[in-house]
Amino acid sequence: MGHLTTLRHPEAAARFAADVPRTHWHDQALWFMRLKRDRAAAQVPEWERLRELAQAIKAHALANLPALLEQFERNATGAGATVHWARDAGEHNRIVHRLLADRGVSRLVKSKSMLTEECGLNPYLEARGVEVVDTDLGERIVQFRGEPPSHIILPAIHVKKEEIGALFHEKLGTAAGASDPKYLTEAARGHLRQKFLAAQAGLTGVNFAVADTGAVVVCTNEGNADMGTALPPLHVACMGLEKIVPRAEDLGVFLRLLARSGTGQPITTYSTHFLGPRPGAELHIVIVDNGRSALLGRDPYRRALSCIRCGACMNTCPVFRRSGGHSYGVTVPGPIGSVLAPAVNPLAHAALPFASTLCGSCADVCPVGIDLHHQLLAWRRELAAAGHVPVVKRLALRLAAWIFASPRRYALAGRLARLALRVLPARLTTRLSGAWGRQRELPVAPAESFHERYRRTHGRA
Amino acid sequence: MPTVALFVPCYVDQFYPQVAEATLRLLERHGCTVEFPEAQTCCGQPMSNSGEAAAAAPLCAHFLDTFQRYQYVVAPSGSCVGMVRHQFADLVPDHPALGKVRAATYELCEFLHDVLGVRRVEGRFPHVVGLHRSCHAQRELRLASGSERQVAPFDKVKTLLGSLEGITLVEPDRTDECCGFGGTFAVAEEAVSCLMGRDRLDDHAKAGAEVITGVDMSCLMHLEGLARREGRPVRILHAAEVLLGEAA
Repeated sequence: MGHLTTLRHPEAAARFAADVPRTHWHDQALWFMRLKRDRAAAQVPEWERLRELAQAIKAHALANLPALLEQFERNATGAGATVHWARDAGEHNRIVHRLLADRGVSRLVKSKSMLTEECGLNPYLEARGVEVVDTDLGERIVQFRGEPPSHIILPAIHVKKEEIGALFHEKLGTAAGASDPKYLTEAARGHLRQKFLAAQAGLTGVNFAVADTGAVVVCTNEGNADMGTALPPLHVACMGLEKIVPRAEDLGVFLRLLARSGTGQPITTYSTHFLGPRPGAELHIVIVDNGRSALLGRDPYRRALSCIRCGACMNTCPVFRRSGGHSYGVTVPGPIGSVLAPAVNPLAHAALPFASTLCGSCADVCPVGIDLHHQLLAWRRELAAAGHVPVVKRLALRLAAWIFASPRRYALAGRLARLALRVLPARLTTRLSGAWGRQRELPVAPAESFHERYRRTHGRA
Repeated sequence: MPTVALFVPCYVDQFYPQVAEATLRLLERHGCTVEFPEAQTCCGQPMSNSGEAAAAAPLCAHFLDTFQRYQYVVAPSGSCVGMVRHQFADLVPDHPALGKVRAATYELCEFLHDVLGVRRVEGRFPHVVGLHRSCHAQRELRLASGSERQVAPFDKVKTLLGSLEGITLVEPDRTDECCGFGGTFAVAEEAVSCLMGRDRLDDHAKAGAEVITGVDMSCLMHLEGLARREGRPVRILHAAEVLLGEAA
């Protein structure tokens, strides 16, 4: 069964890439983000030093996670918030639902939270009669479309403005055929205002949880976290347990890196620090494990918990840009997602560590210096050892290794391969080369290998 | 003058012997005594990058056995040298020659630039050339500063190529984007692989390159295969062939 699941990404990617103009449009949109990131990074002379600092702070935080989490809980509680601990997605969903149900909340507004996507919170709440409105524009678009985000910071990057026009015409009654982004955004804004005004509770994600103050920091470009939490009497903030930073001053490193890496902005438009609830309101912070502490115990993957979800590895990944976020089939796609997903379910996500050329660009843009492509390679070893790699591929590689293990076998196999390429009809050898030859020519086989030529010219008997 | 063992990647040996020959002549021209240890086969990279560590390990050991007595080991490939330098330690951690051979193994341009201190290569190459910066040479061996990192710019291969008489080097958009080869990725993810390759060819064509060169023949084999299928006029040559120059 393993080979069926491992074929998922290639097939989804091939479907995406079959529409070449659209794939190029997607590629260009994300490459534009990468270029903006390059310009923003170049304006910070100490950029590489910042990355090293961020990596070191995260390593420290992960090494001292239990103490820092408890410190955070003490300080957050001291400031008037209530802290909840959720072992997994199910417990997280039950906690959030109970908070809402106990207060009779049936209308919830959410700002962007990949964690709640990961936990499947929206369908869980909707099945229990709660209207959930995602208020990030991109998230609202994919929510209307009934699909998950395709990118963690640009959830609707795969949708064209004409398609959004048609969607808003259907959902919001905008003029038929309208595709002007300003007009459509205005319409969404009006729609979301009504939702903000009517909401009985606001839910946000968390970008950073500061241990020494007990504050949670939420970064948005649209101010929707602020709009969603300013009016209702209940604010629920959901965070993975790796979101901890030790000190408020550490934000001076991370906030400088986050938006520059993701979108090339000097800083996210709104970075809101929530320290305790508003007067007369409640703040509940739900800290979620859902596999994270297990990952913490696994080298080298624990370093992936340093991720600050900036999206830079997706923007730079040449495979992501040409296969689309949905081809990965997980909440967090791209290079970081391909490291995180197999830890949750190795068999289901066995293709993801192979959905990469190991080009390493992700590791070089990563603001916290995660060695992403080396971790993908580590996963390949682990998945191969567990038998989650297609049998044909494994046998072919083992056969090749057997040939290479002997200089004589290698020389003979090389001679036969070149002979076959030289005497058999090109149409046949191309067909035999399978996926190589469908779009590519095989190399022209020379009569002599370098080995043979060297032996001839350097006169070894 | 140093004695250098020539490490010829298996696919270069079988399909591109002229690249190995050019490497040998280039090293000799720069004063090296070159030996070709005939017991060499493959460094094990295809297996290792596919996760088949157990299949790769005996090949790594064979490689170390074959090359352990040399002061320098030089290969016309960033990728295979990256394998020796960065993956061997995981695969054959206890081999007695590991440290020595790792430290002795260089990519060709890296060896010319860093060990022999070459900054000017004698020779003529009066053509418009685009340099394909292969990922492992770029990001595993750091032959150039790279577009991602904010460090003082350098590019060892471009320095050497640019010193040839008559050469015009052109820069494609996305100076160091991957070509999509990626070893078994080229076959397992054929659709994306080929699209990436054609995009690279387009970028070089737009920059006006008549010749695309690079230090990894594997990437170039993929680009050449795509270019030939579509009848594109571009010539694909390994950097060793370009650095050898053309007879005037």
